[in-house]
Amino acid sequence: MNPLLKVKNLRQYFKISRNFTVKAVNGVSFEIFPGETYGLVGESGSGKTTIGRSIIRLYDPTGGEIIFNDKNISGNLDKKTNRMLRKNMQMIFQDPMSSLNPRKKIADIIGEGLDIYHSYKNLRERNEIIANILQKVGLSPAHAERYPHQFSGGQRQRVGIARALVMNPKLIIADECISALDVSIQAQVVNLMKDIQAETTCAYLFIAHDLSMVKYISDRIGVLHRGYLVETGLSKEIFSNPVHPYTKSLLSAVPIPNPAVEKQRKFLNYDSSNVDYEHCTMKKISETHFVLEN
Amino acid sequence: MEKNILSIENLDVTFRTNSGNIHAIRGIDLNLPRGKTVAIVGESGSGKSVTMKAVTGLLDDNSVINSGKIFYFQGGKKIDLLTLTKKELRKKINGQQISMVFQDPMTSLDPTMTIGAQITEGMFLHKKISKADAEKKAVELLKLVGINDAEKRMKNFPHQLSGGMRQRVVIAIALSCEPKVLICDEPTTALDVTIQAKILDLIKNIQEKMGLSVIYITHDLGVVAKVADFVNVMYAGKIIEVGTAEEIFYDPRHPYTWGLLSAMPDLETDDDRLYSIPGSPPNLLHEPVGDAFATRNKFAMKIDKKISPPMFRISETHFAATWLLHPDAPKVELPAELKKRIERR
Ligand SMILES: Nc1ncnc2c1ncn2[C@@H]1O[C@H](COP(=O)(O)OP(=O)(O)OP(=O)(O)O)[C@@H](O)[C@H]1O
Ligand SMILES: Nc1ncnc2c1ncn2[C@@H]1O[C@H](COP(=O)(O)OP(=O)(O)OP(=O)(O)O)[C@@H](O)[C@H]1O
Ligand SMILES: [Mg+2]
Ligand SMILES: [Mg+2]
Repeated sequence: MNPLLKVKNLRQYFKISRNFTVKAVNGVSFEIFPGETYGLVGESGSGKTTIGRSIIRLYDPTGGEIIFNDKNISGNLDKKTNRMLRKNMQMIFQDPMSSLNPRKKIADIIGEGLDIYHSYKNLRERNEIIANILQKVGLSPAHAERYPHQFSGGQRQRVGIARALVMNPKLIIADECISALDVSIQAQVVNLMKDIQAETTCAYLFIAHDLSMVKYISDRIGVLHRGYLVETGLSKEIFSNPVHPYTKSLLSAVPIPNPAVEKQRKFLNYDSSNVDYEHCTMKKISETHFVLEN
Repeated sequence: MEKNILSIENLDVTFRTNSGNIHAIRGIDLNLPRGKTVAIVGESGSGKSVTMKAVTGLLDDNSVINSGKIFYFQGGKKIDLLTLTKKELRKKINGQQISMVFQDPMTSLDPTMTIGAQITEGMFLHKKISKADAEKKAVELLKLVGINDAEKRMKNFPHQLSGGMRQRVVIAIALSCEPKVLICDEPTTALDVTIQAKILDLIKNIQEKMGLSVIYITHDLGVVAKVADFVNVMYAGKIIEVGTAEEIFYDPRHPYTWGLLSAMPDLETDDDRLYSIPGSPPNLLHEPVGDAFATRNKFAMKIDKKISPPMFRISETHFAATWLLHPDAPKVELPAELKKRIERR
């Protein structure tokens, strides 16, 4: 089977001023297969969102290649490729407030993609599709007439999820899409994402910091640190046999919902100030498990 | 000195919308003891953020406060914040006494201003401080919240930062005027666990040094376990259970709290499906009759559908609003899965 998405040696730099360039993503490579969930975790500011935004081409990659659906989408996009991309790849954004147009009703925010791709026969069908997806993400059809600011943080995040799911895309980039939800609704949304995956074999790039959830939902996981992929492997490999010191530090810091234990706990600090990742290479631990080493 | 620094009494808030009135806050009592950390957890949409916006005078224009008092104890004085004008709040309270970190960092940052200017702004307003000193302090704060290249980052605009960096800038702004009360609404949702742990330790340090009192809204029960002295559980505009962290985690009494604790996966979870509380939260466009949780509560009795339960006392610090605590109610067992979890601890 061919991978649905192939990211090869992706680099994404931002020039802030003449003498300050942020190297947000440095030679990151990974693949996602149809129907698979790839979890991306890592330090805040390590480039997770940037990778997502480069893949969906909100940025022009500084270097490297992105192959999606057997098409190279890293260079200039012709009209046809662009249309294919917009239909088959959706992103759920980290900041729900700034990604929802405040002047539009929820129905029109969710319906926008449907409108562009004429995905319904008549207005009644459009309303039905929207009511249906609202219900699936745990909102009510009555919410369709409200505006984004009239929602709680978690309700807004679900609007973003509904907007992505309603298009039936092949790849969904979900950037911290459940972090503002209470645990019960998180469970509901994650169950829904799994159901939809079973139904449509869509793939997820699941960016999150809640490691129990990432472990639960992901087939494979990539760990990012300072713009480098420092470790990647099957979900169980990463959790039962973490090799990179950053991965170890990350796992040691997962808070445990038990006050007696948690109030005493210390986590492993990883000081990386003297590490030069640029000259490290990926070492094979198993067929599926790789780690960046000197 | 008064034991509490902040005390909310019987707060009740409605929103007017095109489709009708939404009764979002239905009578809330909440205390923040001086120097302590109080967590608020609960269903998305249950009114956590709205309650805290009422404290800081930042409710949306379509809101109506039907009743309630919000007392802030400053020195020997007791001030009802709801009687102050927006201007008085801005000048005397917000920032220097009570500081809030909002849930959505982008809504509290100005996209057209550098983050340096935004961190120093409050210091200029509330403290007599020179530009150079304010900037030095801002850089220090950025370093404290774990932002590398702090000097260079001062010149960044919000969109040039990652989600978690923005969140940390908002925390730095909130700390910049050394407030007495810090209200954090999901302050670490966009942070990885290592940086989250650092930020929580930072707040704890400041708390120990300066006696800061903290209200912490979060969905992450692991975080609650780490920071909270007391926990308030909210459902449909009410606080339905309150207790010390130990009481809520090891001896929960409200069926909604049971559901919440059961829904949280841990690193051991590998079931096919995650547990989620069946049904959906009530639509507050229509005033619920009886207990708002009744339709989703498999232990609900006849009375639940008629009369909303009062707070029953379990201990000096532990209260829960469920008819199951009435002396005449049948004994019910904690859900087996949850019982196992609590026993495993
Ligand atoms: N301006 C408004 N107009 C109408 N309804 C509003 C407005 N602001 C909030 N609400 C409603 O009030 C209720 C409480 O919202 P609030 O933001 O306090 O929830 P929350 O507990 O913070 O949830 P979350 O965990 O999702 O952030 C929600 O049902 C929300 O839709
Ligand atoms: N549009 C931009 N202009 C300039 N710099 C940017 C831009 N977007 C991101 N960056 C920088 O790129 C780096 C990576 O940011 P990114 O948002 O990808 O991090 P992240 O891993 O998603 O972090 P978080 O977990 O905090 O959301 C950061 O140093 C950030 O400041
Ligand atoms: Mg991000
Ligand atoms: Mg909220």
